[in-house]
Amino acid sequence: MQGVTIGGKKVKFELVGEDDQADPRTGTTVAQRLVDAGVKGVIGHLNSGTSIPASRIYDQGGIPQISPASTNPKLTQQNFKGVFRTIANDVQQGGALGSFAVKSLGAKKVAIIDDRTAYGQGLADETDKAVKAAGGQVVAREFTTDKATDFNAILTKIRATNPDVIFFGGMDAQAGPMLRQLKQLGVSAKFLTGDGGCSPEMIKLAGDAVTSTTYCSMAGLPLDKMPGGAAFRDQYKKRFGGEVQLYAPYAYDAAMAVVKAMEKAGSVEPAKYLPELKKISFNGVTGNVAFDDKGDIKEGAVTIYNFKDGNWVPM
Amino acid sequence: METLIQQLINGLVIGSVYALIALGYTMVYGILGLINFAHGDVLMVGALVALQTMMFLMGMAPGMSPLAMLTIALLVAIVVCMLLGFTMERLAYRRLRNAPRLAPLITAIGVSFLLQTLAMIIWGRNYHTFPQLISTTPLQPIEGVFVTPVQIAIVLASAALMVGLLLLVNRTKIGRAMRATAENHRVASLMGVDTNAVIAFTFVIGAGLAAVAGVMYASNYGIAHYGMGFMPGLKAFTAAVLGGIGNLGGAMLGGVVLGLVESFGAGYIEHLTFGFLNSSYQDIFAFIILGLVLIFRPTGLLGERVSDRA
Amino acid sequence: MNELAAAVPWLGKRNPMAARWLILIIAIVAPFIAWQFGKSWVRILDFALLYMMLALGLNLVVGFAGLLDLGYIAFYAVGAYTFAFLASPHFDIHLPFWAILPLGAGFAALAGIMLGFPVLRLRGDYLAIVTLGFGEIVRIFMLNLNYPVNITNGPQGINMIDPINLFGWDLSRNIQVTENFSINSLFLYYYFFLLAVTGSIIFIQRLQISRVGRAWAAMRDDELAAKAIGINTRNMKLLAFSLGATFGGVSGCLFGAFQGFVSPESFSLMESIAVLTMVVFGGMGNIAGAVVGAFVLALLPEILRDVAVPLQQTLFGHVLLDPEVLRMLLLSLAMILMMLLRPAGMIPARARYCHDEHLINKLKQEAAK
Repeated sequence: MQGVTIGGKKVKFELVGEDDQADPRTGTTVAQRLVDAGVKGVIGHLNSGTSIPASRIYDQGGIPQISPASTNPKLTQQNFKGVFRTIANDVQQGGALGSFAVKSLGAKKVAIIDDRTAYGQGLADETDKAVKAAGGQVVAREFTTDKATDFNAILTKIRATNPDVIFFGGMDAQAGPMLRQLKQLGVSAKFLTGDGGCSPEMIKLAGDAVTSTTYCSMAGLPLDKMPGGAAFRDQYKKRFGGEVQLYAPYAYDAAMAVVKAMEKAGSVEPAKYLPELKKISFNGVTGNVAFDDKGDIKEGAVTIYNFKDGNWVPM
Repeated sequence: METLIQQLINGLVIGSVYALIALGYTMVYGILGLINFAHGDVLMVGALVALQTMMFLMGMAPGMSPLAMLTIALLVAIVVCMLLGFTMERLAYRRLRNAPRLAPLITAIGVSFLLQTLAMIIWGRNYHTFPQLISTTPLQPIEGVFVTPVQIAIVLASAALMVGLLLLVNRTKIGRAMRATAENHRVASLMGVDTNAVIAFTFVIGAGLAAVAGVMYASNYGIAHYGMGFMPGLKAFTAAVLGGIGNLGGAMLGGVVLGLVESFGAGYIEHLTFGFLNSSYQDIFAFIILGLVLIFRPTGLLGERVSDRA
Repeated sequence: MNELAAAVPWLGKRNPMAARWLILIIAIVAPFIAWQFGKSWVRILDFALLYMMLALGLNLVVGFAGLLDLGYIAFYAVGAYTFAFLASPHFDIHLPFWAILPLGAGFAALAGIMLGFPVLRLRGDYLAIVTLGFGEIVRIFMLNLNYPVNITNGPQGINMIDPINLFGWDLSRNIQVTENFSINSLFLYYYFFLLAVTGSIIFIQRLQISRVGRAWAAMRDDELAAKAIGINTRNMKLLAFSLGATFGGVSGCLFGAFQGFVSPESFSLMESIAVLTMVVFGGMGNIAGAVVGAFVLALLPEILRDVAVPLQQTLFGHVLLDPEVLRMLLLSLAMILMMLLRPAGMIPARARYCHDEHLINKLKQEAAK
């Protein structure tokens, strides 16, 4: 990030990193450390469960926070002035999933499972709403936990309702074994899950149970379809020497939003550049970056992926 | 109807897993009166060691038959877990045998978390895919009811192990020594029983059983990770108490009953409570049963027949 | 405070009075020292005080009465959720702090009795397992009571909880003394929590040397003998559970208000174990032990984060064990090694029976009459 001039002065950006361990209390402690360190803006956190409590600390410290990954709608509904995100939230994602199940997959009967985490339940609830809105029927609503491995009992119950599509709101560690057990129970319904299950891990854990009727969604566009995706991949490889991490483009755009707002305001002080951040609009790696009045990204895209030839393929 | 039978099978399979773990719990408790909290984590070590062995074998001898591979992995896991059980007993529990009651229990909790942490360091936090070498292709004995060979193997294995243990305890010399030690340490040692050796032996057998349970569990679900043993361990303990702790047949019965309660509970609770409760309460059945049994029938379903204590 | 004072190395035995003042002074200046390292350390101290209160409460149950409770965090949850229900936009009820605190404590005490009644007959390991189950049941209900009627808001937790407000004085706002000098809200919370912990210590200390405390000690050491000398062990056990729970409840209320957000994740079994380790590490049955144990183990992960990572980086060039793993490792080793090598904890309980100065003096006075 060279050659950025703010208020006539060349500035150098410095990265202060902290690990929140995905734990709410650690999240607040880390947030406080960042506020202490006098950071001018925060890009984070990953999980909604930590982003939400941490946002209160940033708000008290008067520091803008842009999450590249937290998708829980609550994050931006707290009336904090400086909370933004560069990724589509669960309302957008759940909406896309629900209408995909009914409209594209032609499902009349949908069964929904969630893992009783803030993420899984939030996404499942939004999907539930969207299925109903699209004219589908939710025939079963079942629950498990984010530590469970045996889903036979609930899957058997679901099997009895004969659904066309089974949606799971949760992570790959559960979705994989769940798919296996579905196969073992002779269930042939299509399987749909959110971004938590949209990973290479999921393919590994599900073994031969993941098929061409397995779908997952991811907020945002696939890297190849991002306007600046190809260039970003090259740069990323050159700099970090590996494949692009899932949320990296969103984190990049989040950081760019802060820099651009600072440039426009001619100041690095949060109080000065925050109004500019609210109004920002530029073409980032992931697309046009602009926030609505709550702080959610305006054009939050959601992509559905399908399992094909050993990989997730965007549809 | 298919649903009912399927839930019965689900319950039977998960119940057999609990039973398999409960056998180890109950053996150790019968002799020492100690809840070996770390038993579930020994299971986890067993599964992960077996996984590691299979990975190694697949790399070294790709052409090996799956059954041979599984057998070798199982044996390695059993040996490692037995060593682990021996070490645990020798380093921690033996010194606390005459300590106040809370001390061994707190130590056991510590050992449990220590094993989890060490496993996290060695094998990482991620879930691992466990090769399913016994077929998981479902069979359909009745139209609409599905069973996989690995599930059948689990039920058979836990029944066979229970019978084997009963024979060991009731028909062998070491079994007699175990029963004597369970009855009264001091008197047994006066009668010439080397109680230290007997207790160590019990721990080793218990750990070996945990290894078998771990491999079975991982084969059934196709996954293994560092925290996989904790919850099944707790539930198996419930099963052991339910059946009558210290009683091998009881452990088997308790495990199966608990499995059935869980699977029918998750399947039918919504109808039973008019939609007020649902499958999200699946995990509390074990704890509620445990509480009720301990309060109303502390001896468990089968009571505590002294002659069967092991 | 007596035990705490006596635990001060060297000075404690020679001049308990001076030791007492020393502790008080350290407690008062602690946040200023922490401030030098950053605001976050004051926040960590605030949490350490909450853990102290939890450890003190659990110590009543485990250390004094000898009842191993592995579900203690449930009472913390009850307190935190009570506060969240009654002072947040969730139900749109905003009761004042003073009104909720006794309610939170009361509900927790009630939960303690609810747990206590059925487990009266259980001992040792069985008790431990049933209390563990109780803790999990409470957590599972918190997690799922958003349906069919939304009570706890399920896994999403309750957000935007009101801060502590003492007669119109909002602890979450910094006090602007002059333009350049303000007292940070974290300090206000610190001293408020410190007051609460000090109050608890004084209360528990009185309790320990009272009839009740001695009855507990007798029950812990030999239940049968205690019964034989006429102690109503049933009532004593219930009292231990409910009083211990009360401290958990109060601490939970403070936690809810301080953090501003509660969700079931914060009340996992691991937290119960962590508090138990604090008690065990410090020394069961001993106030100073609980305080020191909580202080050390609450600060440990934060210190590890600052020390262990850079240290590993310089030693090995990369981070082998992240702080969370290290923390787990140390916690579990602390539990095992403490039991094996120093079962009485860092600061062994001095008054195993009742060799307390107060009591000895009292007996002397009585004898003199």
